[in-house]
Amino acid sequence: MTQGDVLVRAKSLEVHFPLPAPGPFRSSPGAVRAVDGVDLEIFRGETLGLVGESGCGKSTLGNALLRLVEPTGGAVEFDGTDVTGMPARELRALRRRTAMVFQDPFASLDPRFTVGESIGEPLVIHGLHRGRERRRARVSELMEIVGLNPDLRNRYPHEFSGGQRQRVGIARALAGEPDFIVCDEPIASLDVSVQAQVVNLLVRLQRELGLTYLFVSHDLAAVRQVADRVAVMYLGRVVEIGDGVAVGDEPQHPYTEALVSAVPVPVPERERVRERIVLQGDIPSPTNPPSGCRFRTRCPRVFEPGPDHDPVLQPVGSRQEAACHLHGVTG
Amino acid sequence: MSPVLSVRDLRVAFRTGGGLARVVNGVDFDVEPGETLAIVGESGSGKSVTSLAVLGLLPQAVTEVHGSAVFDGDELIGRSEEHLRRVRGAGIGMVFQDPMTSLNPVLTVGRQIAEALQAHEKASDRAVRTRAAELLGEVGIPDPQGRLRAYPHQLSGGMRQRVMIAIALAGNPQVLIADEATTALDVTVQAQILELIERLQGEHGMAVVWITHDLGVVAGIADHVIVMYAGRCVEEAAVDDLYSRPSHPYTRGLLSSLPLLDDPRSARERDPLTTMPGLPPDPVALPEGCAFYPRCVYRLDDRCKTEVPPLAPVAAAAENHRAATFYRIDAADEPEGQR
Repeated sequence: MTQGDVLVRAKSLEVHFPLPAPGPFRSSPGAVRAVDGVDLEIFRGETLGLVGESGCGKSTLGNALLRLVEPTGGAVEFDGTDVTGMPARELRALRRRTAMVFQDPFASLDPRFTVGESIGEPLVIHGLHRGRERRRARVSELMEIVGLNPDLRNRYPHEFSGGQRQRVGIARALAGEPDFIVCDEPIASLDVSVQAQVVNLLVRLQRELGLTYLFVSHDLAAVRQVADRVAVMYLGRVVEIGDGVAVGDEPQHPYTEALVSAVPVPVPERERVRERIVLQGDIPSPTNPPSGCRFRTRCPRVFEPGPDHDPVLQPVGSRQEAACHLHGVTG
Repeated sequence: MSPVLSVRDLRVAFRTGGGLARVVNGVDFDVEPGETLAIVGESGSGKSVTSLAVLGLLPQAVTEVHGSAVFDGDELIGRSEEHLRRVRGAGIGMVFQDPMTSLNPVLTVGRQIAEALQAHEKASDRAVRTRAAELLGEVGIPDPQGRLRAYPHQLSGGMRQRVMIAIALAGNPQVLIADEATTALDVTVQAQILELIERLQGEHGMAVVWITHDLGVVAGIADHVIVMYAGRCVEEAAVDDLYSRPSHPYTRGLLSSLPLLDDPRSARERDPLTTMPGLPPDPVALPEGCAFYPRCVYRLDDRCKTEVPPLAPVAAAAENHRAATFYRIDAADEPEGQR
C-alpha cells in the first residue's frame, strides 16, 4: 500500500437532513447535521476503519461517499473525478466500481430471489458476463470465493443462517469487480462465533483482490483487527484519524481516549485494572451541536474559557491527526 | 452462606409446528448473596429462556417447564401467577435489553415507577412520588423531580435503561437479573450503566445475574461464569479460571475467536482470527450425544457422538471449575484463550 494514491476523497463534505416543518406556513426548525464538514482520504488498497457511536454520522458518511445519499455541501472524488454533480448516466459506470456490504443480511436480500439471482443481479444491471451460461458460471465462481457451495444457488435467503446470508451479501458486492467497498457494520448482527468467520473472509478478499475498504463499525476491537488506519467520528465530524495502532494505543483526542477505555477487553486480569473513562451525559443533538468544540459538553479535559471555534484536524506526532484545542495551534 | 437462588435440572421446551423445541436441557446453578453470576451464550443457547422460566414469564400454553428453582427457600417452578408476581420485583428484579419496548410509551416515567412501588406496598401518593424521585436520583438521572413527568421517548437509550433499573430497584430485590441490559447501548453508555450497577450492587448488597453474549463485559464484572450451549451449561468456573484455563472446546473456541483491542500488532501483522466451523444445532433436532460434537475440533469419535458428557470437575484440584466434555485439556497444553 502506497500512501499518496488516493482512491476516495471527501472535501468539506456535508449531509444535512432538513427537519419537517411543524405545520403549514411554518418554517423548518433546522436540520440534522449528520455529516458536518468531513475531510477524508482513502488510499488505494487500504482499509480505513470508521468508528463512532450511534448517531455520529458514520453510516451517512459511508452512504454519501457512494452517493447513496446526496451531499448537501462539499465534494466527493472517486479516483480523481468529482462525482458530486455527476449525472445519472455517468454515475452508473461509477456504481460498478463501488459496492456496499450491509449490516443486516436478513433485510438486505430480497426474500423472493434465490441467492443465485441476488448474486447475479448486479451482472444483469451492469451488462457483465452476458448470457445465461456465462452468468451462471460467474455466480458459481463468486459463491466459491466467499466460501459458499454453488449447489445452494437455487435456495432462498430464509434457508440460510445469518453468517451464510452475509456471505451472499459479500458475493453480491463483489459481482461487479469493484475497487471500493463500504462495509457498514458487516458483523454487528452476527453471533460471536460467526463474526470471526466473516471478519477473516473480508480481510482475505481484500488482500487477494486488492480491494479498498471503508469498514464502518461501532466495534473498535473488530476495527483494529481489519483496519490499516482508523477514523473516529463524533457528532458529524472526524475528531481523530491515523494509523490503527496509534489511534488504538495512544489516542490523542479525549473522545477517542474515552471510547478506547470503554471497550471491554476479554481478559479479566487486564479488564479489572484498566482505567475506564466514564463520560458524563449523552451525545448532544446533531440538530444543534454545541458551539466551539462539539465534544466540550462531555469532555473530561475541557478547559474554560475554551476557544469559540471548532478545532480542526492537525498532526499530532507522525502517525495521526486530532481535532482538539489541547494540541496547541488551531486553525 | 446458602444461595439466594438455586436452580436444579431446569428443562424448558416449546411446542412448535415443527416439533418440540428443547431450548433448556438440564441447567443447574446457584446464585450466592451479593455475587455477580454471568450466564454467557450465543443466540438460541437458552440463556434468556432460563431466566424467564425461573420467573414464570414464558407463555404457558406452549411451554413445558420442568425442574426446580428455589428462591429464598421458596420453590418457584409451577407456582401460581399471584405468588410469582410477589416474587418478581420484590425478590427478583429484571432489566431487559431494549428499554424502549419494556417501558410503556403512553405513561410517564414517574407513573411507571410508582406502579412498581405500589405493587409491593401501600403508601400515600405523595410518599410514592418522593420515593420515585429518589430512585431516579439514585440511578443517576439529573433533575429527577422534573423527569418524573417525562415520557420514555423523551429520554435517550441510556436514560431509559436507567429508568428500567430504577423500576427494578423499586421493590428492593435480593437478585437483579440483567438480560443483555447493555447490548443495545453504545460502549461509552454501556460503561456508565456497568458502573451504575456495580455501585448499586455495593449499596444494596444484591446479587446480579448478568445474561450476555459479551465476553469482554463478563471479564470486567463477573465473579462466576456459566457458559451455555444448546440449552446446557457446558462450563462453569470462577471468572479468572474460565478465561485463563477454558476447558470446554466451545469456550476455548469463543475466547480465541475474539479480536483484541489491546493487541499491539497492526491489522496486517495479525493472524486471522480463530474460527469455529458450523452452527449451533436446531433445538428441534438435537444430536444424540454431545450437542457440540459436529463443531468440535477435539471430538473423540464414538463416545462424543452417542453419549452426553456430564458437567464434571476439570481436575481433581479444581472442584468448582467444571466442564461438560470428555476431552481433557492437560496442564501442559496452554489454552489458546491465554494470549
